[in-house]
Amino acid sequence: MASFILFGAEGGLFDLDATLPLMAVQVVLLTFILNSLFFKPVGKVVEEREGYVFKSRAEAKKKLAEVQTLEADLKQQLKEARQSAQSVINEAEEDSNKLYQEALSLATSEANASREQARREIDSQKDSAINQLKRDSDQLGDLIVQRLLAEK
Amino acid sequence: MGLSPFNLLFAELEVGQHLYWQFGNIKVHGQVFITSWILLGALIAFVVVGTKKMERDPKGMQNLLEFLWDYIRDLARTQIGEKVYRDWMPFIGTLFLFVFVSNWGGALVPWRLIHLPSGELGAPTADINTTIALALLVSLSYFYAGLSNKGLRYFEYYVHPTPIMLPFKILEDFTKPLSLSFRLFGNILADELVVAVLVFLVPLALPIPVMFLGLFTSAIQALIFATLAAYYIGEAVEEHH
Repeated sequence: MASFILFGAEGGLFDLDATLPLMAVQVVLLTFILNSLFFKPVGKVVEEREGYVFKSRAEAKKKLAEVQTLEADLKQQLKEARQSAQSVINEAEEDSNKLYQEALSLATSEANASREQARREIDSQKDSAINQLKRDSDQLGDLIVQRLLAEK
Repeated sequence: MGLSPFNLLFAELEVGQHLYWQFGNIKVHGQVFITSWILLGALIAFVVVGTKKMERDPKGMQNLLEFLWDYIRDLARTQIGEKVYRDWMPFIGTLFLFVFVSNWGGALVPWRLIHLPSGELGAPTADINTTIALALLVSLSYFYAGLSNKGLRYFEYYVHPTPIMLPFKILEDFTKPLSLSFRLFGNILADELVVAVLVFLVPLALPIPVMFLGLFTSAIQALIFATLAAYYIGEAVEEHH
């Protein structure tokens, strides 16, 4: 009985006939049909999207790099500007210091000079006064001596 | 047929009976073609509807089709290799889809409701003619792939690590289609028979879990068939150094 099912005179499980080549042709046809209806169009869309994503990523990376160089550039410029501002401030401070020092030294020297002059004047007046006094005392002495001599 | 318990059991299964169509003096199994045309028609209709409006931002069925495409591409690429997988992807994908649609269509569609004068409708892959046709196509394609990619150097493959391998490699050319076809045929037929027999014995409680198992094995068989086909092609185009 089992052999009837497997290899019956008419039919059976292992009954090979023209179904085989026709099925093969059908599968080959299906391959071409699915290739043009499914694999090609879907592949095109998927690969286009992959390309788009790849391109966008590359562009974004490029832009990021540009932004980074710009940022570094701006930072550099900012640093330079800060440095030049600092140097201007320093210069101004130096200038004002110098002016102050100059004014101070001028004033000091003037004060010194006037003080010196005053002292010299005082000295000369003192000298003349001393001389006057000396002369007066000499005259007085002489007078005293003459008077004393005359009384004798 | 007598009235032994064996025959009672299979009385309505009609195992090994076919609906013959006669063209001149060639005969074909009509039930295989009826089911395959219905299932392939559904597959093609699904593909046509799904690819009608393709966009860069996929919507609805396009997602499913793209998932399928990606799955098949990964399968072909891992087995065949980066260089030539594009040429063979449609073939591998068609094998996968054909086997998958046939297996699941055979399991999910209630074919039994349609009565034929002889035989019964079922999975096209439960017919040995279909599976042998698929397996022979695979054999032809790996020979073609090897010869078209490497010319006569393809035959270096037969003596590849050592010439001792020659008889085994020749034997493999016969065992490859044999194992491919009988694995698929056996699995799908066995699944149909188990479900049919269990339906006779116990209603619902046992057949339904077995049907789910059948769906699982059906999907696995489709994957195995496509993977092995891709592997054989990959083996044929591989460069030995």
